[in-house]
Amino acid sequence: MLNTSDILETIRMIQDECLDIRTITMGISLLDCCGEDMNRVCEKVYDKITTRAEKLVAVGEQIETEYGIPIINKRISITPAAMLCAAAKGGDPVLLARTLQRAAETTGVNFIGGFSALVHKGFSAGDEALIRAIPQALSETTNLCASVNVGSTKAGINMDAVKLMGDVILEAAELSREQNFMGPAKLVVLCNAPEDNPFMAGAFHGVGEPDCEIHVGVSGPGVVRSAIEKYPDATMDKLADIIKRTAFKITRMGQLVGTRASAMLGVPFGIVDLSLAPTPAVGDSVAHILEGMGLSVCGMHGTTAALAMLNDAVKKGGVMASSSVGGLSGAFIPVSEDAGMIDAAVSGVLTLEKLEAMTAVCSVGLDMIVIPGDTPSSTISAIIADEAAIGMVNNKTTAVRVIPAIGKKEGDMLDFGGLFGSGPVMPIRRESAEKLIARGGRIPAPMHSVKN
Amino acid sequence: MKAVITVIGHDTVGILHKVSGICAECNANVTEVTQSVLQDLFAMFMLVDIRNLNCDFSELSAKLSALGKELDLSIHAMHEDIFNSMHRI
Repeated sequence: MLNTSDILETIRMIQDECLDIRTITMGISLLDCCGEDMNRVCEKVYDKITTRAEKLVAVGEQIETEYGIPIINKRISITPAAMLCAAAKGGDPVLLARTLQRAAETTGVNFIGGFSALVHKGFSAGDEALIRAIPQALSETTNLCASVNVGSTKAGINMDAVKLMGDVILEAAELSREQNFMGPAKLVVLCNAPEDNPFMAGAFHGVGEPDCEIHVGVSGPGVVRSAIEKYPDATMDKLADIIKRTAFKITRMGQLVGTRASAMLGVPFGIVDLSLAPTPAVGDSVAHILEGMGLSVCGMHGTTAALAMLNDAVKKGGVMASSSVGGLSGAFIPVSEDAGMIDAAVSGVLTLEKLEAMTAVCSVGLDMIVIPGDTPSSTISAIIADEAAIGMVNNKTTAVRVIPAIGKKEGDMLDFGGLFGSGPVMPIRRESAEKLIARGGRIPAPMHSVKN
Repeated sequence: MKAVITVIGHDTVGILHKVSGICAECNANVTEVTQSVLQDLFAMFMLVDIRNLNCDFSELSAKLSALGKELDLSIHAMHEDIFNSMHRI
């Protein structure tokens, strides 16, 4: 018989500490849907997605009941849509966006990710048309996510794309004004984007992936927080060990769910992304883990060190628990989606500059940050350039998901609702970076990219 | 294929009878039971064989949850794999 304390521990993690499978994401390649006529492409895309993912939601729900573990989202990631636009010359990418929305509704998934373009070294056919269509596409859809990769350690940073994204984010905010600025909340600009990421808004199905596969994203900030709370006087190395053990258990559950889903759906298992992904719910916060380590408020001096240890321990614990770890894997630090981060930002202790420093050691980047609506596009581009530089030089994924709240000023609150949460409009630097951004061109790849 | 049923809450008359009754209804064979009562708190863990269920596992699970609500107990039925994978290497 199983050990009763183990049984109780698992049940406590799920019932009281918000442990869940954040997402089962089916990656689907759409390369075989390419064609010259956009209407025909849309038909093929709709057919392929709805056939492949026909049972995704039902299987997810069945696993939820069997194992008694909540699976919060069922999602789909697709081949970067810009590649479909490349073949269908002159076709309107918004048609494709509408098709993807329809496919999301038919399959019942929460999100489809992959309205994306990879332009880290330059624009190829279809890329610019897709990027310019993002604001319109996001304002007409509710379940579609877009992403653009503007840099990589190997290629450098495409500063023309960085410049363009400042305008695109502002336009996305403008067009989704009536929808509480949900446009930019579903759009992320990345550097070193992983090709097997199950988390939104940056999920897409890379060209090196198989035709169809299943990824799992696990979460559990509450479990880690409650584990470290039991050791108020432990040294940092002891704490790292406790976090590793907890991450191991969480990831094992992700591995189990992933293998089961892959067997039931008859598609290969991709990766487990062992991310601490917070939600606005009480007890599900990454900021509270950092505060549990001994910080009075997240964002004060010492936060970067605490986060660096957390991020590393999560990875180390998870790696042994899964046959294949991938995606973003680590600790996310979104502001509006994390109760502790929201409080820290409202109190003024957590600033944009500190968040930027934290992104050098967390698993992604500046995430779900509300900025003043009158922020110039060049300043948004400059924020993106800074983040991409951190990612490029440190061989890691970084990202920017900022929401310019038009009509709101510093200190006002913006409420998205649901998993997106709510956040204060955070202060930004008012000095201009316009001349730097206007230069365009490319920041060359760093020295250590020449490894061969 | 086995499932673990956990029952936790205030002790009352007939808990074991009612839970095992539902198992019998669904043709789930009870293979192991451990139970303890500490003061008023009742805790029971049951391992049941679910290979020959005459209904879906979700139905068994729903019936047990309904009983939990009725008796004000916390009752969960979960596949044993989740405990094995989490706690055993």
